[in-house]
Amino acid sequence: MTALTLTNVNKSFGQVHVLKDINLEVQDGEFVVFVGPSGCGKSTLLRVIAGLEDVSSGDVYIGGEHVNLTPPSKRGIAMVFQSYALYPHLNVRKNMTLALKQERQSKEIIDQRVAEAARMLNLEEYLERYPSELSGGQRQRVAIGRAIVRHPKLFLFDEPLSNLDAALRMNTRLEIAKLHQQLAASMIYVTHDQSEAMTLADKIVVLRDGYVEQIGSPMELYNNPVNKFVAGFLGSPAMNFLPAGILNEGDDRTLGVRPEDLFLSEGGNLPAMVQHVEQLGGDTNVIATVKDHQVTARLFGQHAIESGQTFNLAISEGKSYFFDKSGARLSA
Amino acid sequence: MNKARSNPLNKVAMHGALILYTLIALFPVFVILINSFKNRKAIFREPLAVPNADTFSMIGYETVMKQGDFFLYFQNSMIVTVVSLTLILLFGAMAAFALSEYRFRGNLIMGLYLALGIMIPIRIGTVAILEMMVATGLVNTLTALILVYTAQGLPLAVFILSEFMRQVSDDLKNAGRIDGLSEYTIFFRLVLPLVRPAMATVAVFNMIPIWNDLWFPLILAPAEETKTLTLGSQVFIGQFVTDWNAVLSALSMAILPVLILYVIFSRQLIRGITSGAVK
Repeated sequence: MTALTLTNVNKSFGQVHVLKDINLEVQDGEFVVFVGPSGCGKSTLLRVIAGLEDVSSGDVYIGGEHVNLTPPSKRGIAMVFQSYALYPHLNVRKNMTLALKQERQSKEIIDQRVAEAARMLNLEEYLERYPSELSGGQRQRVAIGRAIVRHPKLFLFDEPLSNLDAALRMNTRLEIAKLHQQLAASMIYVTHDQSEAMTLADKIVVLRDGYVEQIGSPMELYNNPVNKFVAGFLGSPAMNFLPAGILNEGDDRTLGVRPEDLFLSEGGNLPAMVQHVEQLGGDTNVIATVKDHQVTARLFGQHAIESGQTFNLAISEGKSYFFDKSGARLSA
Repeated sequence: MNKARSNPLNKVAMHGALILYTLIALFPVFVILINSFKNRKAIFREPLAVPNADTFSMIGYETVMKQGDFFLYFQNSMIVTVVSLTLILLFGAMAAFALSEYRFRGNLIMGLYLALGIMIPIRIGTVAILEMMVATGLVNTLTALILVYTAQGLPLAVFILSEFMRQVSDDLKNAGRIDGLSEYTIFFRLVLPLVRPAMATVAVFNMIPIWNDLWFPLILAPAEETKTLTLGSQVFIGQFVTDWNAVLSALSMAILPVLILYVIFSRQLIRGITSGAVK
């Protein structure tokens, strides 16, 4: 069964056309990540799914039901916000139970679900505390707990990690991945961070300017991007783009090479001058210029390279991508 | 740390200035209070002296108690102020919520229209208001005063509160919607507690002019049973003779309730309950 179906969804705010003909299917139990630069419409799309915004045209189905006119609370969804959005005057337990009380669930069910969520998220000791007495990570866990207790058909996450510091972000990311396995629930997750998208998703939806650029599994998108935008957006450090003319005179295509597909070679055809070296221990990122174009090469292991040095780079066999002037991918 | 703030000399100067200002502000209240407990001669001979065994007298308070129905005036003032404030805060907050939360045609125009009242003093319309009150039979009722004061207070209340409500996190309201709260519950349970400091500001701003007003009670409700405290105190001020003992005693008693209300509201001003809601 499909958890969510969007058909030709459009959304405009006055003159501004924010979402353009979005079509998407999310299967039961799937973890789908919307990713894109800020302003691409990914949060708006999430809000349309949640029912916080109405669609201008098109249809939204959740669990097979047409929900265009259904209010958010009746859609069988739960949402986790970037700013946590906890009710400041209610303690953790009441924050989690409010929605269930609105649904008039019995007390046993409420207690059982809160206990279950608290156990999953290690919140048992904090149930009687108020949001102001919790740390950022704990608040985010409460926000997730508030979603879990509802047993929704669809979880919606709106950049839930962007207010956390780097270490906590890693941990919470793992926790969300674990939760997804435990609950086997369908989840939609919005982020602008491509590494979150790559690590969490079963399926990534790349959005730009209100259009869906590409949908697919993380590795599909990584290995087989349909255009320059998707190729450049996924992967860190980002893909290098060079005019193909520097290899073959007269070629007006754009050449794309991932940093890890470049290697040092005596007979390499890219003469490079090192600008800067980032020693990461496991990897070495070399930022160099090739005929006035900046290129990043990611070399495995530790290399004694210094800025100012010159050497030749070569591209791994079959790892070149070509794009035409409009940015569309050309078969090699 | 800021150098100017840590310098002890600056600290002394700053506190000195504040203390001086406090003394200046409290001085008239202090003079009214001490003189209300003195006999007439002492008031005029040494207005700044504290009452002693010779000059102490409760004559002012006795006159006030005997003259007219002082407790009724008190009660009238209280009813008018409290009911007007309640209505101003309730309707002002509701209008502000609608203006800040919902996108609808004419939102901006509506906001400007509601704020227009800040610039036009309501007293300009006194004659029209009086005619309206006569036509509706509301002259000499407290309702007339309450209606006028509510109208007078709403523009500023809407203006201030809508600014504050815009700052309430959208995520919080949306979380409420997803949890199945009605718009009324979101308004009363989520938004109002978060703008409580702003509500207190509006309350304080409106309370004092309403409590002290002489103009509208004199015109719309001068009858004995609807007199407010300020109007009631005027009986002691005559064209030729003024009973200063009584005036000062009446004023001292009139200060008290506003002071209590002010303390209640100002406690709300400093209460920060927003922390931990978002971020």
